[in-house]
Amino acid sequence: MPTGSELIRQIREQIREVDPREVHDAIASSNGNGRAPLVVDVREQHEFEEAHLPGAIHVPRGHLESRIEGRAGDKSQPIVLYCQSGQRSALAAHTMQQLLGYEDVASMNGGITLWKDRGFEVETPRALTAEQKSRYSRHVLLPEIGVEGQLKLLDAKVLLLGAGGLGAPTALYLAAAGVGTLGMVDDDEVDLSNLQRQVIHTTDRIGVPKVDSAEQTINSLNPDVEVVKYHTRLDASNIMEIIEGYDVIVDGVDNFPTRYLLNDATVRLGIPVVSASILGFDGQLAVFAPHEGPCYRCLYPTPPPAELAPSCGANGVLGVLPGTMGRLQATEVIKLITGAGEPLIGRLLLYEALSATFTELKVRRDPDCPICSRDPGSISQEEMGKFPDYELFCAG
Amino acid sequence: MSVTVKIPTQLRSVTGGDAEALVDDAATVGEVLDGLYDRYDGLRDRIAEDGDLRRFVNVYVAGEDIRFLDGLETPVEDGDEVTILPAVAGG
Repeated sequence: MPTGSELIRQIREQIREVDPREVHDAIASSNGNGRAPLVVDVREQHEFEEAHLPGAIHVPRGHLESRIEGRAGDKSQPIVLYCQSGQRSALAAHTMQQLLGYEDVASMNGGITLWKDRGFEVETPRALTAEQKSRYSRHVLLPEIGVEGQLKLLDAKVLLLGAGGLGAPTALYLAAAGVGTLGMVDDDEVDLSNLQRQVIHTTDRIGVPKVDSAEQTINSLNPDVEVVKYHTRLDASNIMEIIEGYDVIVDGVDNFPTRYLLNDATVRLGIPVVSASILGFDGQLAVFAPHEGPCYRCLYPTPPPAELAPSCGANGVLGVLPGTMGRLQATEVIKLITGAGEPLIGRLLLYEALSATFTELKVRRDPDCPICSRDPGSISQEEMGKFPDYELFCAG
Repeated sequence: MSVTVKIPTQLRSVTGGDAEALVDDAATVGEVLDGLYDRYDGLRDRIAEDGDLRRFVNVYVAGEDIRFLDGLETPVEDGDEVTILPAVAGG
């Protein structure tokens, strides 16, 4: 039997090793055009947190077999592994090449130590506090989220339109998930008839502005979250000012004019919208990512007239339904922020509670869409949310 | 042959509460809808205008929007699911 050091030497002969300079040049020359190697840090969590190569992802060697495929699905893509000195990454490269079928894996010789000696930059990322590590531990355990994903959530700014049926459950879960900034737009006050479904509010807050009530619940749920309140109604005069700077917008508004206005403004600003709507026992859900997929107008070129737009008046809704749809929205928001999974772009998901069925429909980008087929800069403030016979539609 | 048509909440007041309807012997979406118009009084006015669908109503065959296929001429096959879907704004 070989000794440990002999075994490492033998393994290093069977894999490809690259100098930090080669890795540095490969990253620099690719200029983000997609040919850059995927750089993977295989050290322990605390070592990664101290400093790592710019853009590196983290898969500790101890979890390599179970997690690498979740982070690097394409086995033919070029991958460079590194550790502190080049030994652990050599062993990891051997495993990936021999046992997992990766075709183009290299180990960086000398590890991050030699990288730094060569004068190349490292990133010293912000880490989770001890309390955050515990609070978000079930997220951190998921390879699709991990510490990096959790930090992205803490840095994210999400705007919720409406703190009502859909906004209430969405806000609760996004707050629990640690989305760092939650904006909320709502001009309404808590009413007794809201409490059957708007679970962020409580009986003793009847009459209180919904944004204040929601803030109170969020603050007691998670002090990491900063709530930005807009006690107003979103309209053409304030929309650009309110939504600019947010990473994702959650649309749970109760009327068509605002949905179209929001669509047009977000296409212009390039902000993705996670949109849901509910009626009775049925819900609809879609993600509208400007120019990447269809927009709301591609799906519904015009709103229905008032007599066919039951949202205009008081209508029945199963109290749990906005909870179901709102949590699906929260899930899509988290996916957009962390990059996990396949967002619901170009697809419409229908949920029918009575029959307990989900149906998926395709939504195509309309090449003649009056809004998203154009240069976003050409969408003027005046035409946002407009239709030729707009006044015929219910004002919500 | 028959196709199943899914009817949204907003239109169930004219279908006597039916959420689903089976239509036999239709070769196109237009014929499927004609079959429904014969069965349900008032449905035609709710979703069609001058022989075409009203613009706020989407119809899907097997998950595809017929606006991007052949409209009302889109063929249907035995067992297809046709979904009628108006926009909803409730929140």
